[in-house]
Amino acid sequence: MNPPNQPDFKALKSMIPIGPYHPLQEEPEFYKLVIDGEKVVDIDVRIGWNHRGIEKLSESKHFDQSIFIVERICGICSSSHPIACVQAVEDIGGIEVPERALYLRTVTQELERIHSHLLWLGLAGHFLGYNTVFMWAWKYRELICDIMEAVTGNRQNYAMMKVGGVRRDLTPDQSALILKKLDELLPKVEMLKGAVLDDPVLQARLKGVGILKKEDALEYSALGPTSRASGIPADVRRDHPYAAYGRLKFNVITQEEGDVFARLVVRVLEIVESIEILRQCIKDMPKGPIDANVKDVPEGEGIGHVEAPRGECFHYIRSDGTNSPVRHKVRAPTYMNFPTFKSTVVGQTVSDATIILAAIDPCYCCTERLTVVRAGKRKEVALTAEDLIRLCREKTKKIKEKVTGNGI
Amino acid sequence: MTGSEILSKMRERFGGRLKEVSEKSPKRIYVTIDRADIREMTQFLHFDMGCRFNIASAVDTDKAFEILYHFTKDDAGVVFSVRVFLTDKNKPEIDALTPMMRGAEWIEREIHELFGVTFTGHPNPERLLLPDDWPDGVYPLRRDFVPPKRDDREVKKS
Amino acid sequence: MGLKENILSRSIYVFHASSGSCNNCDIEIIDCLTPRYDIERFGIQLVGSVRHADILLCTGSCNRQSAPRIKKLYEQAPKPCFVVAFGACGCSRGLFKDSYNTTDPLDKIIPVDLYIPGCPPRPEAIIDGIVKLTKKLRGEV
Repeated sequence: MNPPNQPDFKALKSMIPIGPYHPLQEEPEFYKLVIDGEKVVDIDVRIGWNHRGIEKLSESKHFDQSIFIVERICGICSSSHPIACVQAVEDIGGIEVPERALYLRTVTQELERIHSHLLWLGLAGHFLGYNTVFMWAWKYRELICDIMEAVTGNRQNYAMMKVGGVRRDLTPDQSALILKKLDELLPKVEMLKGAVLDDPVLQARLKGVGILKKEDALEYSALGPTSRASGIPADVRRDHPYAAYGRLKFNVITQEEGDVFARLVVRVLEIVESIEILRQCIKDMPKGPIDANVKDVPEGEGIGHVEAPRGECFHYIRSDGTNSPVRHKVRAPTYMNFPTFKSTVVGQTVSDATIILAAIDPCYCCTERLTVVRAGKRKEVALTAEDLIRLCREKTKKIKEKVTGNGI
Repeated sequence: MTGSEILSKMRERFGGRLKEVSEKSPKRIYVTIDRADIREMTQFLHFDMGCRFNIASAVDTDKAFEILYHFTKDDAGVVFSVRVFLTDKNKPEIDALTPMMRGAEWIEREIHELFGVTFTGHPNPERLLLPDDWPDGVYPLRRDFVPPKRDDREVKKS
Repeated sequence: MGLKENILSRSIYVFHASSGSCNNCDIEIIDCLTPRYDIERFGIQLVGSVRHADILLCTGSCNRQSAPRIKKLYEQAPKPCFVVAFGACGCSRGLFKDSYNTTDPLDKIIPVDLYIPGCPPRPEAIIDGIVKLTKKLRGEV
């Protein structure tokens, strides 16, 4: 699948695993799928491979230091967790953040959203056998990494947030750079949008797959694009406006079907929406200070929540007036989205398992291992994660042959 | 329905069982109830008023284990935080919400393994985050938690 | 055929394992496959099984659950297998060294041949490090 005027990306020899490493035969599993023939009859999960005790660590550090720790909860939500964290502290004492800082926070958030959705799109393409989509999406993601590096000094882990403001200002040159890169990016995203959303093979492959019904999404308290694709119009940016979102015009994207295709549509359309939000921010950004120079955090408790690319990040912080949190509760969006696999994967075929699990856009660090066992033979590993990706791609190939009459 | 309207209905329903109400701001409402009322409060907020269950956060304080259940009413832009105190620190127990609401399953398992709180009626109180070889009865987020000694931290010989 | 003869005639196979990371490092590794960095032009390929690996690329801060698995993975890799400690977490556990769920640093669990520091290391740093190691493997240094 080559769009016009695009280089012919060579075939990728490397295998991107569904997670960082693969299960050994006798090991306790992470995702365990139990299959009967082609169907998944049960799925369970054992997490903890990434548990680093971040809450306890944060409680042993100063408020300033906590921000650097929460930034590294998940690399892709690298600005969402810090913003939620500083908002929780600001909520304790009703600290007012300068206007310009609010806009700068919004800029960081939306840039992160674009890069995260492009990353997901690329991985989904890779699992389905569309390596060109993977290459495009990650190539255009580099534009965002360039911006982040110019503005914050790092491609990831931006270290932008502090209680009461942000750490770095945007110069006029940097604002111009952002607008220039967005102008380059938008036509690429529009092209990707057309290639992906209008592709009859992808539609045939993903529609009706892994449906999360609205009532299940509500019971699990699913978040972000996962819930918006099931018809729930919740978005923290609009419902609980924070940073500069209360001053900006944007659409909350929802779909009704709740299948993997719907989640794809929501994410792709959100990228376009984010580009528009960024342009508004750069245009409307007020002059002024970027930091309220907060010296003390009063006693009390506060909540900060933001719309990360995967859904709502929620932080609860309690302070006793010293410079360290007494309690810092962190809830990442994937924590609520993960358990929905019971509804979306059970009853589906094993060749769809990979893409359904990927469709909630789990923090990649969480999808570490996957084992598949046959029903009634719990000890016998039937398929590896590599097999699952291969099955996922084979199904795409069969559908393509049916739809277009051509093999891939 | 606004946050204040929900709060009025809550007062009608629970009356004196609302031990403390704090409207910190229009977006942040904190209420304290007895732990025996948590299921009824969940029925009220989540099922009757349509609030989304956000998460629960437990805190180990001098006098009790405190659990805050956070419910969000997105179309009103408000977060309700329901506070309960588990005063018997030797045997902290509360009814599990999981049988009513699958979204609570994981957080109740997490609080159980990190604080040692028992959620009565939880269908699956298995370990969630801590490693398989973590010693029983050692709860990392308790105030009296002593980190494992250096030797215990070494990787077990395979 | 010895390792040197083998790898002169084929790509060098890299297996990537995480022992509890935030994923930034993992993503930067995959980023190296994309057109801008294209690590495959240096004859480097990511493989799906440790049993084919020449290089074991380890990210993450070795938490209690994952650390024994990393050790087992190393034992399963055909020798010689060269280990790369990737990122601040891989090199020294980084910010997480005081956590209750973190064990020893990677180089106390398995022998490490190359350290690539950074949080996360830039793709250019990754390529620089891996190319240095592969030159050593191919006997060019």
